This record gives sequence, structure tokens and C-alpha cells, in this order.
Amino acid sequence: MTALTCKLLVIGAGPGGYVAAIRAGQLGVDTIIVEAEAPGGTCLNVGCIPSKALIHVAAEFEKATHFAGDSAIGVSAGAPAIDLAKTVAWKDKIVSRLTGGVGALLKKAKVRHLEGRARFVDGKTVIVDGADSETKISAENIVIATGSAPVELPFLPFGGNVLSSTEALELTEIPGRLAIVGAGYIGLEMGMAFAKLGSDVTVIEAAERILPSYDADLTKPVARRMKALGIDVRLKTKAKGLVSGGAALEIESAEGVETIGADKVLVTVGRRPVTDGWGREELVLDMEGPFIRIDDQCRASMKGVFAIGDVTGEPMLAHRAMAQGEMVAEITAGKNRRWDKRAIPAVCFTDPEIVTVGLSPEEARAAGHDIRTEIFPFAANGRAMTMEAEEGFVRAVARADDHLILGLAAVGAGVSELSAAFGLAIEMGATLEDVAGTIHAHPTQGEAFQEAALRTLGHSLHI
Amino acid sequence: MGVHVIKLPDVGEGVAEAELVEWLVDDGQNVTEDQLLASVMTDKATVEIPSPVEGKIIWRGANVGDVVSVGAPIIRIEIDGEGHEEAAAEDGDSEPTPAPPVETKPSGAAPSTPAAVNGAATAPVVVPKAAPSSAAAAHAATLTPRKEGESPLASPAVRKRAMDAGVDLRRVPGGGPAGRIVHADLDAYFESGGATARGSARIARSDVTEVLMIGLRRKIAERMSVAKSRIPHITYVDEIDVTALEDLRARMNAERKDGKPKLTILPFLMRAMARAIEKQPQMNALFDDDGGVVRRYGAMNMGVAAQTDNGLVVPVVRNVEALGLWECAAEVARLAEAARTNQCSREDLSGSTITITSLGAMGGVVTTPVINYPEVAIVGVNKMRTLPQWDGGAFIPRKMMNLSSSFDHRVIDGWDAAVFIQTIKGYLETPATIFIED
Repeated sequence: MTALTCKLLVIGAGPGGYVAAIRAGQLGVDTIIVEAEAPGGTCLNVGCIPSKALIHVAAEFEKATHFAGDSAIGVSAGAPAIDLAKTVAWKDKIVSRLTGGVGALLKKAKVRHLEGRARFVDGKTVIVDGADSETKISAENIVIATGSAPVELPFLPFGGNVLSSTEALELTEIPGRLAIVGAGYIGLEMGMAFAKLGSDVTVIEAAERILPSYDADLTKPVARRMKALGIDVRLKTKAKGLVSGGAALEIESAEGVETIGADKVLVTVGRRPVTDGWGREELVLDMEGPFIRIDDQCRASMKGVFAIGDVTGEPMLAHRAMAQGEMVAEITAGKNRRWDKRAIPAVCFTDPEIVTVGLSPEEARAAGHDIRTEIFPFAANGRAMTMEAEEGFVRAVARADDHLILGLAAVGAGVSELSAAFGLAIEMGATLEDVAGTIHAHPTQGEAFQEAALRTLGHSLHI
Repeated sequence: MGVHVIKLPDVGEGVAEAELVEWLVDDGQNVTEDQLLASVMTDKATVEIPSPVEGKIIWRGANVGDVVSVGAPIIRIEIDGEGHEEAAAEDGDSEPTPAPPVETKPSGAAPSTPAAVNGAATAPVVVPKAAPSSAAAAHAATLTPRKEGESPLASPAVRKRAMDAGVDLRRVPGGGPAGRIVHADLDAYFESGGATARGSARIARSDVTEVLMIGLRRKIAERMSVAKSRIPHITYVDEIDVTALEDLRARMNAERKDGKPKLTILPFLMRAMARAIEKQPQMNALFDDDGGVVRRYGAMNMGVAAQTDNGLVVPVVRNVEALGLWECAAEVARLAEAARTNQCSREDLSGSTITITSLGAMGGVVTTPVINYPEVAIVGVNKMRTLPQWDGGAFIPRKMMNLSSSFDHRVIDGWDAAVFIQTIKGYLETPATIFIED
């Protein structure tokens, strides 16, 4: 067994882990990162990036379908076709470019990269089972960045026709009938994409509306679009299990039990932190529900042990993990750092897209703020009209007394890119006047942000 | 356009290298002829390098704290007309760089006791000032305190700056819109020494201020390390009744002629030491411990440790064996003034063979002076106090003063050290004997 020592050991090379390692390397901290799979974690390999590739292809295909008929903008084309195997190969190329890039960045930062599965021996020692050797690593600081995995339903175990998001992204044929259990953002992103590619999609959701973690105003345009795409949405309904030898799904609602035909069943009922399989039992870590409890420096309850990313709780988002990773790296390099972020943007790549940063009106009121809030619809935005993207709006939530912006949200085509402006405004502590007083380029969808601020102040110009 | 290269000039006899202690210009800055560019420090003095040309700084070849060899290029200046960079590269010796005037400062010479050093060369990176300024107070008055439990509002850059400085932003009042803490609020907070609008709260600090050990401070550190690690010190303290000396001194000061300096204890001590050294020449010596030889000097060059704004310096009164009391006093006064105004020459700051140290008015009962390596003895003066003394029948008030002196025990035995101090004591307690030739 080889023995190594380092100042910082990172377990898991997902967005949190690799950012922690790169930053630590930049700061001259002697760092080792361990990963069993390709670097990049869920995000690069089976999450954010591949799903966005599929969503893009589905949107292009749908556009072409649209042109096959009589389009309002005067474009017409022949009936489109799709070779999903080719799509997947194209997607895989993007993924390997990105994961290869992460490997190169780690190397550039002089981080030692070990392939294998890590397990704790004690709070300072980890054994890595590599392909053909074992390595014992003694580290001053250890970062647990083991991420999360799709939640499996006991009555719908993964395998066969029951897919998690990972397998759904590997399909080489478009399923004729696709049942999706769970109308969270992953289920809807995939569901809408497959509907555009031609699947008959049914979405089963136990709650009373889709995207239960977003407020209803934001999800209504998405619900309308799903209806237009012919997606059958069954709310307040539960999946029971496969019947007819796996060719159908039994569901139950107030109206009773029903069987719907399904060639594939995609289960997207959430993700669970990966807190087992790496020797957590050798440590004494305080937990917070299923997650590892951390303080405002991402320190776990053992000295020298940090945890970042999905394993530490909601929101399970790559950019949260990256920010945590960067902070932990700087702490181990001796800098004084604390988690002080005001907001973590969340984006839902449905059609139309949803972006939220900060508080919704309800959350702001619940937090005791006296607020004012207004929306500005894209129907009044010139650029949106020229792109056939009039659905949706930008919403501002601000404190009534000093106009401090507490929350920003938008729903509409391409609004994910507004997350940059929204995030900056809230992180900088902008007031409505700051946004209203900033010249926004014309004609852009971003003007709706300025107009939303103006309207919340009571003097919108274009509505 | 051409490039003019400035090399580190020959800053003094036998000096092969110098430490860059301060840049007075930035990259890209336009400079005029004779504008000062940088300060370098040798063992003996700080020298400022002026620009011989007018132009723009395009390159600076050393960082503060770097030791640069004489002749090494340190600055490149872009000038109108032809430069001389290539010529310089081909033939360094024929380099026409004018030798800049050398301005000397008291620095770097043989310190005997460490003391606080201020000055630009060692300015700390973060210095929250202690005294609240009126501007800061006025600033604080315009602020509204945050509601309880509300997290402070500040941009990421302000938050990072506060964390780096170990400041809890909850204690910083915000003057921006919606109570946002802006850079100016943080400036005001530092300026006020951390006072908040609510009054002074004590703050647990976690900041670390790094002060580079450069220039005079580094020299002092090196000299002290050498002295304390190489020399086994023996320190000997005795008390001296200076009542008679003080009477004499008062009388001489009262009757001194115009143009004569006021007498302190120092010239008397110097003369007494000179007499004692005549009897024990081993005290006025430099011990070359690498060479294994002690050199006893005929010339009694007495260093006098002095605190200045720039730090501790040790100007040297030369040839005390040949000076009278008033001459000693005049020389001490001249050197003190030169040290105070940074006018000491290299000559003034080098060549001592024995050193006197005094904390002056600060006093203290006993000190353990550090020998000014490679000397072998240092005599420390403590504060004079009026104390009751038993004269056999009654307590009488006497003016008492301690001498705390250290000797290099490798070459001075304890007995000899005691004899030396007792001799000086004898002279000082009966001051007339200082002036009586045998």
C-alpha cells in the first residue's frame, strides 16, 4: 500500500470538490482529490450539462416541427427527423470535453488526482481503493464532497423500464409513452424535452401543482406550455407500481386507481445525499436529517473535516457547492472566510425557463418584511415580441421602506441568463432605485428587469 | 523614444550591495529630473536615488526588502531621445549614469538595545488608528442603526475586506442606501478605531498584521541575534552615589560660559570610563571571534545609543581619550542633534569600540544591555533617584543611580568587570578625581 500525506484531501471531484481542489492548489495548499468516476460529478456527467444538451436538441427539433406546418413568421421547411443515438454521441463529446478540462485544470493547479473509491479509516486518514492498488492518505484537512444520487422508490426500483435521470439521458430511442413520477424541475425538464421529441408524456405528481418548490405565479406559464405540448399532468396522484409485466404504471388519485400504459417510467422524486459507502461510520459526524451538519465555514463536527455540496443539504445546486468549495479552500489556506452569501440563484430549464434569486413575495412576508412587489410582462417588451417569446414576466420584491431588493424572479424564454443580473443586484445590496437608475440596453429582454424595478417604484414607463 | 537604465550606484566605500527599503515611484509614473526614485540601505546609511533624467518609469527591478548588488540595473526609464540601454548591456563599466548625490541618514549602525521602529520602511499593512477623527464621528452621526437580528448589507467586496481585517460587519454602521455598508463606512470604522454609532464596543479580533522585517529593523534584528547568540553576557549592576557629581554638575552648568553646552551626566561618565580604560585596556576592544584575536584599541570611540523617530541609532564620539569634559559635551550635543534631524554621516555612525546606553528619562532600576558586537563591554545608565542612605547614625537623602553593564565573558572575567565598574564608581562618587592626573 502506498502512503501519501497532504494538507488538504478532497473526496469527490464534482463541482464542489474540484473547485475546492483547484482553489487550494492556486493558494499553494498541498492538495489531493479522489474520485471514483470521471471528474465533474453529477453535474458534468449525468446532470446539468447533458440534460441541457438534450433540452437544446428537443427545442431545435420542436422548432423544426413547427416550421413543417404553416409558421407565423413565414418560415417553412420539410418534416424533421431525429437520430437520438447521434444526439447522445454529440452530448457525450461535450461531456468528455468538460471532464477532460476539469482534469487539466486540476493538473494546472498542481493538485494530485487519484482515481478510486475513498473510505475513511479515521478523521485524518483515508484509504483509496484504486483499480489495482490501495493508497493510504493522511491529511490535515479533509473535505467530504460526495454529492447526491437520485432517490429510488421502493415500489419502483430502478432497472428495466424504470429509469433515473441518468439512464434517461442515455436513451438512444425516443420512448413512445413516457410516464414521469415527480413534477419537480428535473422531471419537467426531461418531460418537456421528450414531449418535444415526440413522446406521449404523462406526469404524476402527489402535490396539488407542478414545481411545488416554486410559487404558483411562476409555474403557470410552464403549465400552459405543458398543456400545449400535450403533456398529461396528473396532480394529487400517486404512483403505485408497475403492472402488466412492466408495460403499464398503476396510479392512484381521489378518483380511484388507474392504469396508464408506459414504455418507460422516469422517476424524479428528488435526490438524496451520498452519506454511505465511504466510511462515515468510522467518524463521529453530527447529522441534520439525512445531511451532514456544517457550520458557516462548512466545518463538520470533527476537527479538520469539512463537508460541501449536496451532502450538506438544500439547495442541491452545483453553484452552491462551488462557492462552498472555494471558501473551504481559502480557509485551509489560512484566510478568514465565512459563508455570507445573500442569495443562491435557482434556475429551472423548463419551457419557458424560470429563475429565482432571493425571496418570493410569500417568503418575504413570512420573514416579517413589509414589501412591495410588481411584475413586468414580456408581452410589453419589444425584444420578446420579436422572438415570439411574449410569455412570462420579471418580478421584483423589495422592502417597502428603503426599497432594498429582497427577491427577483422571472419566467420566460431564455431568462436563465438573467440570473447573473439578479444575483449581482441582491449580492451587492441593490435598491429598486439602483436597478431603475441603470441603463439597460434596448432592445433586450433585460429591459424587463429595469421596468419591473420602475413599476415596483410606481412609475413604469412602458406599461 | 529611448530607455535609460539606472543601476544601483556605488553608495559607499567597500559597499558591494544594498537593501532596497522603499520605492518612491510606481510603474508607469512620470518622473522629473532629480526626483527621488528609491531608498536603499547599506550597513551604515540610507541613500536615496534621484532620477538623472525626465521620463516614465517602465520597469522596477527589485522588491522592497531585496538586496541588490552595486551596478545591478534597478530602474528603466523611457525618455525622449536616445536611451543607452544597449550600451549598458555591452559595457557596464563605461555606463554614464551620473553618480547621484549621497544623502545619509542615521540608520543601521550598531544598535545596542532593541526599540520600536516607526517610519515608512516598516509601516504595517493594516493600521486601524486609535484616535477617532472628527470626520469619522461626523460620519457616524448620519447613520441609522440596523434593526436587531438583521444581517448587514454590503457588497461581496466590502464583506471580504471586512473578513480579511477581522471585522464583524454587524458592528459597522452602514451609510449607503437601505443602510448598505460601503467601502467608505469601513474606512470610517477603521478610522474611528472600531467605534460604532452605539458607542465603543470591545471587539474580539482575529486579524494578523504582517510587518516586513526590512531596513533598519532587519539590521537591528540581525545584530541582536549575533550578539546574543555569540556572546555569553555577564551583567553586573552596582549603585552609585552621584550626590557630589550632581552638585558639581549644577555648579558648572550655572557658571558655564556662553556657547558652552549644558552638561549632562554623560560627559562625566565618558571621562570616568576613559580613565578606567587606561587602567583596564581590555575593555576598549573588539573581539574577532572567528579569527581568534582580541584587538585592543588605543582610540576610545564611545558609541552612545540614541532613540530617534527612525529607530535606534548609535552615533560615536571619537577619541574620548583626547577630549576634555566640555569637548565631550559638545560632541554629544552635536551628535544628538544630528541624529534627531537625520544628519549623521557614515563616519558618525561607525567605528565604536565601547558603548554607553541609557533609557534616559524613562529610567528603570536595572537593565541587561546587549553588547554591541564585536565590542566586549557596554555600560548602561539607569535613572537617578533620591533615596535614604544610612550614614552610620541617621538616614540621609542621597542621589543614587545604578549602572547596569554587560561584558563578553569569554574575554572579560567577572572579577575584571567588577573592578572596571568599581573604578568608574570611584571616579563618579568623588568627581574631582576624574580630573586629577596622577
